[in-house]
Amino acid sequence: MKMRANRQISIWVLLVALSVVLALALVAGGCGSGSATTTSQAVTTTQGVTTTSGATTTSGPTDTSTTVAKSDLVLASTTSTQDSGLFDVLIPAFTKAFPQYNVKVVAVGSGEALTLGQNGDADVLLVHSPAAELDFMTKGYGVDRKAVMYNDFIIVGPASDPAKIKGLTSAAEAFKKIAAAKATFYTRGDNSGTNAKELTIWKAAGITPTGAWYVKTGQGMGETLTIADQKAGYTLSDRATYLAKKDSLKLEVLVEGDKALFNQYHVITCKAAKNVQGANDFMNWIVSADVQKNVIGTFGVDKYGRQLFVPNAGQVQ
Amino acid sequence: MGLFWEAIKQAFHLLISGDRYVYEVMLMSLRVAGLATAIGMIVGIPIGTWMGFKRFAGWGVAASILNLGLMLPPVVVGLFVFMLLSRQGPLGSLGWLYSVPAMVLAETIIAAPVIAAITMAAVGSIPKDVRLQALGLGASRRQTTWLVLREARVSLLAAIVAGFGAAISEVGAVQMVGGNLSIDGHNQTGTMTTALMALVRQGQYAVAMAFGIILLVLAFVITLLLTRTQQGVRRRWLQS
Repeated sequence: MKMRANRQISIWVLLVALSVVLALALVAGGCGSGSATTTSQAVTTTQGVTTTSGATTTSGPTDTSTTVAKSDLVLASTTSTQDSGLFDVLIPAFTKAFPQYNVKVVAVGSGEALTLGQNGDADVLLVHSPAAELDFMTKGYGVDRKAVMYNDFIIVGPASDPAKIKGLTSAAEAFKKIAAAKATFYTRGDNSGTNAKELTIWKAAGITPTGAWYVKTGQGMGETLTIADQKAGYTLSDRATYLAKKDSLKLEVLVEGDKALFNQYHVITCKAAKNVQGANDFMNWIVSADVQKNVIGTFGVDKYGRQLFVPNAGQVQ
Repeated sequence: MGLFWEAIKQAFHLLISGDRYVYEVMLMSLRVAGLATAIGMIVGIPIGTWMGFKRFAGWGVAASILNLGLMLPPVVVGLFVFMLLSRQGPLGSLGWLYSVPAMVLAETIIAAPVIAAITMAAVGSIPKDVRLQALGLGASRRQTTWLVLREARVSLLAAIVAGFGAAISEVGAVQMVGGNLSIDGHNQTGTMTTALMALVRQGQYAVAMAFGIILLVLAFVITLLLTRTQQGVRRRWLQS
């Protein structure tokens, strides 16, 4: 009898302790910090959905926050932009200027981002697949489209460079040599802007890549770089993501500078957007001179010694 | 709602028409999970049985560690196996990363502790009198062990089902060490779970739904078989 009573008591103690812990967790989460930067880094999931909030409506550090009603703004962008870390700087800056928005960044391939925009699942897009974007605008899914920034693509590969492409100035030539050597090449194959660029280079080289050496990862730039690095293969990457991951990679930049490797980003407001005002605010904000110079233009300088993205709003179509 | 039904319709079409990629991925999932469960059984059932029988100083700690297998976050297993097999890692020279052996390794490490922990509980719940009586009637150690396992067979089946379930539904670990690679439209290292994720990201909901349907049907069939077995045994026990 005494044994049973003791066991019952210990079960109760366990249940009470568990409830207290859960209650504390709920309370701690609810009164959470108003810091946008920490949540954006902590909440990024594998699918690349980042939720950042500016001031919360509970006791936050700024007084104005308590009375601001927040609306959701869905920004669909590319995995390359996400993997470069730009959003960790861009979104908090935007939310500071426009605290009424709760920005949700959905990072997928450009192709998928355009589909989200078409369906109205995204309000505004930041993508880098020009041909697909023009098609999107022609079909009337977008309201406005403006240039934002550019960087370049690079062909990276193992230091041993079995296809001997290092130093070539033509991307198409490099691809030809890779195909000829049947050197393992990892393609994203996910309808992204980077994949679209890669396919145009193969086309320029007059090659349809096929064979055991041409491996499709179906994933974002970050993951594809990891795979190419681990398996010592070639891949096409945007410079920003490569630099962001450089410390964990043994891959080297082998081909760069070809005009064909130019990578232009545009911001597009969607016709089917739920938050039209938010989309417009974001577009006007990101092309504004201040943001161009001080947010985009400085990104990466202190960490990598160079800009990761070069702002060029208003300079090109 | 239209998107949902459209995806389901196209998914069934893919399944019935025998779409090659879908079936390659399905077979890969079954192969990897099947191997992982088999190895998990070979490793887990003896350990679980031994822990269920024996008591020794520190048994409590060992049992807690074994039960940890039930709560072990599979993605942590994935991280561990990735670091093990990466080029900079201790087993990097095997070249297993992004290949089938890596996926089997990860899923085995996920399934084996589950099987072992549930086996331990199952064997431990068989009254000790059963063993003592058998020994008293002249049975050997091996025969009594076999007898206890037979008594606990329904729970053992549950252990195996739980292990297989954990293995086949794993996403994160398999993605990390498998990579969901394909060549010329032929699947190399994709499983239904990792392929489904990549397809959703690319907006190919129909194919993703096909995998979802297969996984659900598989889960349902296996659960049904397990429940029927449990009911069958119970009915016989009640009748006896």
